[in-house]
Amino acid sequence: MKKMEKFGFVISKGRQIDYESNDRRIAEYIYKREPSFRLCIECGGCSATCTTGNFTGFSLRELHILIKRGENDKARHDIKKCMLCGKCTLVCPRGVNTRNIVVLARQAFQNYDNYAI
Amino acid sequence: MQFDPFVIPFNIGLYFILFYVVIRSVIWFRGLSRQDKLRLQRGFFGIAFVQSLKEIFLESLIHRKILKTNFRLGYMHMSLAFGWFLLILFGTIEADMFGAKHLNAPYRAIFFRFFNPEHGRMGIEAAYGFLMDLILAFILSGLLLAVSKRFWSKIVGMKKTARLKVTDKIALTSLWLIFPSRLLAESFTSGTYGTGSFLTGSLGHWMASFLPVQELAYPFWCLYSLSLGTFFILLPLTRYMHIPTELFLIFMRNSGIRTGDKAGSYSEVETYSCSSCGICIDACQLNFSTGINNVQSVYLMKAIRNNDNVADIAHNCLMCGRCDQKCPVGIELSPIRMIQRRGSEAENDIRNIYKGYFRSIQKTEIDKPNGFAVYNFLPEIKTEKADVLFFAGCMTHLTPSIKKAMVKILDASGVNYRFIDEHGGVCCGRPLMLAGQDKEARELINYNSQMIWRSGAHTLVTSCPICYKVFNESYHLDAVVLHHTQFIKNLIDNGAVKMKFLRKRVVYHTPCELGRGSGVYDEPKAVLKHVARLEKSKFEDQNSLCCGGSLANMKISYREKSRIACDAAAELTKGKPDILATACPLCKKTFSQATETRVADISEIVAEALMSSTTPKVISKQFYSIKELADIS
Repeated sequence: MKKMEKFGFVISKGRQIDYESNDRRIAEYIYKREPSFRLCIECGGCSATCTTGNFTGFSLRELHILIKRGENDKARHDIKKCMLCGKCTLVCPRGVNTRNIVVLARQAFQNYDNYAI
Repeated sequence: MQFDPFVIPFNIGLYFILFYVVIRSVIWFRGLSRQDKLRLQRGFFGIAFVQSLKEIFLESLIHRKILKTNFRLGYMHMSLAFGWFLLILFGTIEADMFGAKHLNAPYRAIFFRFFNPEHGRMGIEAAYGFLMDLILAFILSGLLLAVSKRFWSKIVGMKKTARLKVTDKIALTSLWLIFPSRLLAESFTSGTYGTGSFLTGSLGHWMASFLPVQELAYPFWCLYSLSLGTFFILLPLTRYMHIPTELFLIFMRNSGIRTGDKAGSYSEVETYSCSSCGICIDACQLNFSTGINNVQSVYLMKAIRNNDNVADIAHNCLMCGRCDQKCPVGIELSPIRMIQRRGSEAENDIRNIYKGYFRSIQKTEIDKPNGFAVYNFLPEIKTEKADVLFFAGCMTHLTPSIKKAMVKILDASGVNYRFIDEHGGVCCGRPLMLAGQDKEARELINYNSQMIWRSGAHTLVTSCPICYKVFNESYHLDAVVLHHTQFIKNLIDNGAVKMKFLRKRVVYHTPCELGRGSGVYDEPKAVLKHVARLEKSKFEDQNSLCCGGSLANMKISYREKSRIACDAAAELTKGKPDILATACPLCKKTFSQATETRVADISEIVAEALMSSTTPKVISKQFYSIKELADIS
């Protein structure tokens, strides 16, 4: 296998979603407190206008999808980068209260690590 | 007769409340910081003491501010407070003058008629009795208003009145009972002995014709004493604690103590000074536009006093500051709300102890297992030297027309400027602060501060009031911070730009963060008057509305926000103006979705009016001389 890699071949990571290992508690926490989380159509407007996204690969749209799927590991670290400036809320065509979602997600991760949810 | 057992409840209540207030004041004084203690000491021996006495008379007794805003409500408060004060004052004098001896115990003044039933038949005694009856009638007229307000708040010109808790209701009932029972008790005694003046005398005389007044008098004196006692004992647990606390608050404020950004003695005194009058409810746009009526400042104060979880209330607010302006007690409501928003990161855990008669403060440690937000991805600061910096801010980047207009104006002015966040900058930190995350905001503030310091600029111009407020309050900059309306005003005053007059009718909307938040009212209007016909609206200056787009409220939905925006826009465009002008990109964005009228930022209007000069006038450095900068700031 190592030889293969040297030739420029890589074995790509598994892409299937494992529902056994996924943890939707964070998503449920947000759904309950901010129902507009469901309205997202994943258009990416928020990511396009993002102040933080200007400097890093931070994408709120990606985080939405990850949290909804229950793949929290990446979201846990990325969510800390948001500056809460609120541009995403203003451009959202569906009226999703994105700032509150970020705040709730941070809260949820804190509670999660405190074993509160 | 010197003493009767029925005065015991009153005596217990009175001495309890006096003792309690002294202890509470000592605790509050001890809780102050060293500087504030010094301020208070200096205030005690200085002019602040005299000012406080005057203010206590005008505000706590006469209720001047409430009278100005709403006469009937003011009269209600005045008759109860000032009337009761007069009753106690003249009652004490009466007991001293006409009593058996001088310097009596308080109960002998309060129950004077019981101990001196034969008093007041003629001459000066009767005249004095007339005065006492007049005061009692004055109080009773206010009480009548108060009782009817409870059941029908429109009678005093209020749309909403504050909801009460159980102890409040008991205290309220005992307060209501005090004066009618005094009236009846005095009337029965007067009826028995044939004394009393126009109110108690005639009522007593009339009732004596069909009631056994002699037997009825004693129970009513008991009721009078009992309701006074109950009221005094419950006072610390209820909103009536504002009566003693407000005196303390006025003195502290006049000594120069301010709320600041940490919970402490002063903010506690402020919370206890809230009388739950409910004026903030009527001022709140969340109330009259969206029907959310349980988050207003009066409920926040009550929840803090009751030691409830206030996170939901504290965050559900536009932070427009309308209630701050209207509060008749002068409580700094917005700073207190900000303190509560930071609650999860607070160092102190404040709880009620001894059934709520006292509060305990304990140090807590902040526990954040997932860590704080990190902004270590921010790029390295590259700076070029410039005299004037232009910081557009996130919201201006979302409204490119303002950005273009500002660039046009800056180019035309000939100032040596640099657009620091032309290719996207870092947030100013205010949105994080509004969400209660000061520690995170501090990182962004440090980053932006360094960028501004290194550029060596003497002026920082921003076109977003949100940025303007935080630059002014939380940054420590060498540069003078100007909002673009102030900058344009300077340009006009110095003749640096020439403009034509647009034949358009303009109505100006004061953004919350710029107006009530930072106190900039005149410059934007002066600029508008220079280029267009400025029309007046019903909501000017301190009374201006919030557009509803405020970043401060994350709890309300998009629909509720747009309802606030539509209501506000409808009010402002009643006179059918050509342009609804504002000075905030966020207001512009919110309003443009809520009205048919053209919404424009002042910079856009100015850019439109700008005469295209072929050679931009080069302005020497004297343009911004040190003296001028001092004037601006």
